[in-house]
Amino acid sequence: MEEMNINEMKEMVLKYVIKEYIDDDDVTITYETPLISSGYVDSFSMVSLLVFLENKFKIKIPPSKATPEAFDSVNSIVALVNQYLEK
Amino acid sequence: MYDSYRDHLAIQLEEIREAGLYKNERVIVSPQGAEITISTGQKVLNFCANNYLGLSANRKLVEAAKEALDTHGYGMSSVRFICGTGDLHKELERKLADFFGTEDTILYAACFDANGGVFEPLLTSEDAIISDSLNHASIIDGVRLCKANRYRYENADMDDLESQLQLAQQHRFRLIVTDGVFSMDGNVAPLGRIYELANKYNAMVMVDESHSAGVVGETGRGVTELYNLKGKIEIITGTLGKAFGGAIGGFTTGKKEIIEMLRQRSRPYLFSNSIPPLVAAAGIKMVEMMTETNELQDKLHHNTKYFMERMLKAGFDIKPTQSAICAVMLYDAKLSQEMAVRLLKEGIYVIGFYYPVVPKDKARIRVQLSAAHETEHLDKAIAAFTKVGKELGVLK
Amino acid sequence: MSFPESIRSIYQAQLADIQHAGIFKEERFIHSAQSADIEVEFPSGSELKKVINMCANNYLGLSSHPDVIKAAHEGLETRGYGMSSVRFICGTQDIHRELENRVTEFLGTEDTILFPSCMDANAGVFEAILTSEDVMISDRLVHASIIDGMRLCSAQHDTFKHSSMEHLEEKLLLHADKRLKLVITDGVFSMDGDTARLDRMVELCEKYGAMLLVDDSHATGFIGKTGRGTHEYCGVFGKIDIITTTFGKALGGASGGCVSGRREIVEMCRQKARPYLFSNTIAPVIVSGVLKVFDILSANTERRDKLEKNAAYWRKGLTEAGFVLREGNTPIVPVMLFNAKLSQDFSKDLYREGIYAIGFFFPVVPNGQARIRTQISAGHEIHHLDRALDAFIRVGKKYGILGLTKDQIIEKHGL
Ligand SMILES: Cc1ncc(COP(=O)(O)O)c(C=O)c1O
Ligand SMILES: Cc1ncc(COP(=O)(O)O)c(C=O)c1O
Repeated sequence: MEEMNINEMKEMVLKYVIKEYIDDDDVTITYETPLISSGYVDSFSMVSLLVFLENKFKIKIPPSKATPEAFDSVNSIVALVNQYLEK
Repeated sequence: MYDSYRDHLAIQLEEIREAGLYKNERVIVSPQGAEITISTGQKVLNFCANNYLGLSANRKLVEAAKEALDTHGYGMSSVRFICGTGDLHKELERKLADFFGTEDTILYAACFDANGGVFEPLLTSEDAIISDSLNHASIIDGVRLCKANRYRYENADMDDLESQLQLAQQHRFRLIVTDGVFSMDGNVAPLGRIYELANKYNAMVMVDESHSAGVVGETGRGVTELYNLKGKIEIITGTLGKAFGGAIGGFTTGKKEIIEMLRQRSRPYLFSNSIPPLVAAAGIKMVEMMTETNELQDKLHHNTKYFMERMLKAGFDIKPTQSAICAVMLYDAKLSQEMAVRLLKEGIYVIGFYYPVVPKDKARIRVQLSAAHETEHLDKAIAAFTKVGKELGVLK
Repeated sequence: MSFPESIRSIYQAQLADIQHAGIFKEERFIHSAQSADIEVEFPSGSELKKVINMCANNYLGLSSHPDVIKAAHEGLETRGYGMSSVRFICGTQDIHRELENRVTEFLGTEDTILFPSCMDANAGVFEAILTSEDVMISDRLVHASIIDGMRLCSAQHDTFKHSSMEHLEEKLLLHADKRLKLVITDGVFSMDGDTARLDRMVELCEKYGAMLLVDDSHATGFIGKTGRGTHEYCGVFGKIDIITTTFGKALGGASGGCVSGRREIVEMCRQKARPYLFSNTIAPVIVSGVLKVFDILSANTERRDKLEKNAAYWRKGLTEAGFVLREGNTPIVPVMLFNAKLSQDFSKDLYREGIYAIGFFFPVVPNGQARIRTQISAGHEIHHLDRALDAFIRVGKKYGILGLTKDQIIEKHGL
């Protein structure tokens, strides 16, 4: 996969989140929107997000790190992904 | 799709059969009691029910249930917090708290649900659960649904519990969890020692009194009574499905804040019907009866002692306990099955348990005593055991 | 003292948080039998108040039907009170098997296994029949008990957007390599009252070689022309691999649930489902009552027909009065208020008017979708519905929401 800068990554994750989880056209999601704690994404559905990230970025995120807190916004998700990209 | 899955299941089921683990159900056509009628028409003496106090067909409970049917109808058609709470539910919760000397009680559809829903609302990944290795399946499932760190100690092994408590010191809260009476051996949990260790290592204690409430302790208050710990244990769970009438229902009783938190957050309580009013009414009656007199408890204790003493004398390998469960050790799985079959021919209904329900080479027949048994029932059972025991070479 | 103040105070603080967030659940004590008219003690300690119940799952009005009560009386006389045993030790009576057969026939399946509740049926079924080689694909709005069951199962899980057949198809493609695929949905969704598109789901499952599980707790007994459930309504009767349902709602409302479906699946549950193996089954007296319920349902469709008429009347009345409702074709009629606090205030005012209906808000429903959920029953007469409608209109006027659109209500009351 070609190099991606942080903003491109955020854009891509945001797009996936909106496509995968948001049904309601009235809802606007930003990089900071709390996803799980405000109920847009239930922690159960997080699994498909995890699979998406692992496939897209060719990384492996250990289950212990895939916490609801780490997945709560696009920003925190990208931060998590970056930790594993660097290694 | 289903066709290929069908084949897959058929193979699995065949494997279960070949392993001798296939569960067949015996159909009973009479009320539960000391003497029951099975679908073949045969009348047998029942020594495998959890009907410890003989209340399963008790006239007073039946009358209480019937009265509630007339005043409160059949079902509530709702979960508790929408429109499924009756005055009878509240009354039973209060009565159970009085009975156990606790602060408050919450009812569930079953003790399976009480255990399934108790851990997740109370403990988080910062905390630890330290659980006896022989705890009931419903406790195991409840622990599986909770994020707390898990520690396990060998059955009733207090040295091991102490080591696990030491390992668990790093966590915020610790909860020790044990059955009051372990259903396969009938041994009573060493709650006195558990309580000491809990104090020493700053842990809370939870006891599942399913097989001990109504049975253990002078007045049947359970292992907390036996060890003089009334009011000192944080969480007690129990069932209405065994000694306490045997229909359905479970409960968690203990510290006020804990019960209140369960009412707010416990999933089986929030998302499933409670017990119907007629079961609550019978439960209230049951507590009243057990408080008014000690007759049933006394009779059960007498029966248990009578049976165990005579079985020992006859030469059977049993470990007398303070519970109403008597494990007659046979060790060999086949022998346990053969013995149960022959006993049924003699009119005694018992079950032989073997691996994986009990450890390998620890096969046994489990006898459960009841206040419904009369001395002649016990004598008949002892005679049948002795006869079959000799035939099969278990007794010299 | 191993329960020191430090621990007590942690729980006290958490409880206080729940109270401040306004989501503390307070119970109302009912002193009468469940029916359209009930007597309630609320708040605790106050005088009994007669109110019309608009929030029970008593869809068919059978919770206190005299024939059901009579059958339960007889059951107590002939079968005693409890079994004091799990099924496979000495807890099975012939009437348990009889009820299993009745359910099988009613739902058009191959076999049925009883559980102490539908919660337990859902908690036990997945682990008993799937392994880590398999995948569960569930609608995002399935009931909490299904979620717990899936959490206890080692199969992979994934979800699809509520009732989105396109998304489901994507997921079926995504998981094409799994050994077994089980698609999972509620038949009728309890918070919105909408119906799963089972016809389309059966097609997709056939196309992609998946099995289908439907929780029909809010449908068995009244959805579909003869009340068999959502599969009848969608024209796929006999085509569902697994149906779970409860006796705790329309079917008398006492307690109990079941898994009904393919013979081998039911057999597998009997051998392996933990709540079946390790918990008492339904008490004989309850079984007697449910058997009578099936007699009543099989005799004619009067009750479900009346329920359908009542629900249509209620929906029409609320719509004409200018409320925003969730679309649907079931007796679950959510009156949308969007704002959480408004839903609580509205419910309290209704109670003052003698109408018992509960407001739901996040996290029970999504954020910003607070509502009063009304549930209609064949036990309601037109005069009950008219009185409830009057009360709804009065309270609706008080908050100035009649005739407003969703956006206007949000503008007026906030989110
Ligand atoms: C869809 C659904 N499934 C299962 C249940 C649980 O039913 P029971 O009360 O039998 O546990 C409910 C009840 O709230 C429900 O709405
Ligand atoms: C120790 C223990 N806990 C809980 C249960 C489950 O009780 P219930 O039938 O009320 O679900 C049992 C019954 O088998 C048990 O032995």
